[in-house]
Amino acid sequence: MSSESSAALEISGLSAGYGRVEVLRDIDLTVARGEMVTLIGANGAGKSTLLKAVVGLVAPSAGSVRLFGADVTRMSPERAVREGLALVPEGRMLFGPMSVEENLRLGAHTRSAEEFSAERDRVFELFPVLSERRGQSAATLSGGEQQMLAVGRALMAQPRMLLLDEPSLGLAPRIIAEIFAALETLRSRGITILLVEQDARLALKHADRGYVMRTGSIALHGAADELLANDDIRLIYLGAWRGEGE
Amino acid sequence: MGGVELLQFALAGLKNGAIYALVALGFTLVYAATGAINFAQGEFYMLGGMLSVWAYAGLGLPLPVAGLVGVALTAVVGGVFEFLAVRPRKDGDLLAIIIITVGGSMVLSSAARHLFGPLEKALPAFSGTGTVSIFGAVLEIQSLWILGLTTLAVLALWYLYNRTSLGRAMRACAVNRDAARLVGIDPRKIVTVSFVLAAALGALAGLAVTPLTQTAFDVGPSVGIKGFAAAILGGLGNPIAAVAGGIVLGMLESLSIAFISSTYKDAIALVVLLGVLFWRPQGIFGASRREKV
Repeated sequence: MSSESSAALEISGLSAGYGRVEVLRDIDLTVARGEMVTLIGANGAGKSTLLKAVVGLVAPSAGSVRLFGADVTRMSPERAVREGLALVPEGRMLFGPMSVEENLRLGAHTRSAEEFSAERDRVFELFPVLSERRGQSAATLSGGEQQMLAVGRALMAQPRMLLLDEPSLGLAPRIIAEIFAALETLRSRGITILLVEQDARLALKHADRGYVMRTGSIALHGAADELLANDDIRLIYLGAWRGEGE
Repeated sequence: MGGVELLQFALAGLKNGAIYALVALGFTLVYAATGAINFAQGEFYMLGGMLSVWAYAGLGLPLPVAGLVGVALTAVVGGVFEFLAVRPRKDGDLLAIIIITVGGSMVLSSAARHLFGPLEKALPAFSGTGTVSIFGAVLEIQSLWILGLTTLAVLALWYLYNRTSLGRAMRACAVNRDAARLVGIDPRKIVTVSFVLAAALGALAGLAVTPLTQTAFDVGPSVGIKGFAAAILGGLGNPIAAVAGGIVLGMLESLSIAFISSTYKDAIALVVLLGVLFWRPQGIFGASRREKV
């Protein structure tokens, strides 16, 4: 009972898909307040679809999503962000022709002008390179800088719950380390994090708990260190993951 | 042909180009928000003139007030049209929306004919019927109004796009609709606003032209095609390019009268439209667009 009321995100029995193609089947997943939870699995397992269903970019066909106790199932993304839920989407989805500053301003679309300046300064503190690039258009940034901007833009909405879709994809190890250090900082500020990653080892090293997804369902879940030590996981996701999928 | 005559044609081209630019801006705004072509855009031009005439001659309002009423009412019609005809198509299917706007344009012109009759209507010139001489070429004062109002409208739109939160949201929506939703922008609002602005711009053009050319319930489609050609010429979705496309089209038409024959004037827009679509679909000012995955 107490665990239920303290959950930041509670997904139960969630199914979703595109048209008649069901991608998610009966997903149960909980993230407690202040926790960092990772969702791992091969390409095409449905991880991104799950995040999209949570924020409302994909409509669930069954089940429910609760955010800090409030029902947000089928809530539109533009409303969900006002409830404190932000997504750093797959492929970053920056506003390419617009400047770093404008991207951040748009991130703060639901916020007042004062909140914008304060939050922008915090984002620049987290990712100083963005401050140097503030007048530059997002499309001209390096991959790492773009990912930082994508995280920064999501933070501008001052979310209580942050979803991230493969923030490490295609980045150099040094940049990945910087982004994960930032995620640790965010967690220490009390932001709850659900992280989708293909790099399972990296994700499990930082997360408290992990869920493993396989073809649209949760195959198993547990504490991060247990999953890291699990033989099946080691074999399938920690050893061979690089060879899987596209 | 002498220099003065050429200047005369150029001024006429500039005046017509300004009108096409306003109509093209309407196409561009709706395209940026929806990805669809609004074929009712010409009817907003028609309504701008007709509703202003109604407010002036029917209600007896002073001309400036009647003009404001005409533009404002047309803007409302644009918003209502979006709300009743476009928004219910929830999946945003482009072909469906385009057909809806074609149907909508017929409804609007039939309604105008029913309400205001089939005859041509006129408005007095905004500040007299005089002319000014520019290096020997003659320009009606009303044409100065057209150029001035177009310039004002473009500046206002520039301000909206670059200096306001609403304009920023409109641009964001045009770049990536899902990303815009994720930061809290409701694309439906942006679409409605775009239709309202497009209607107001078209209406402004229709209002400014009526003292020179009269208006009637059926003037929409031909101006619509020219505004569409101008928008395509510039590269759809870019407001600055739409204005440039309008001016270029106006000039081309005017030069065709000067050097070929006025018979082919109206065909120029179609030739331009087809030529651009064949050889440079992104428009003369548009960079080739790459979709980011």
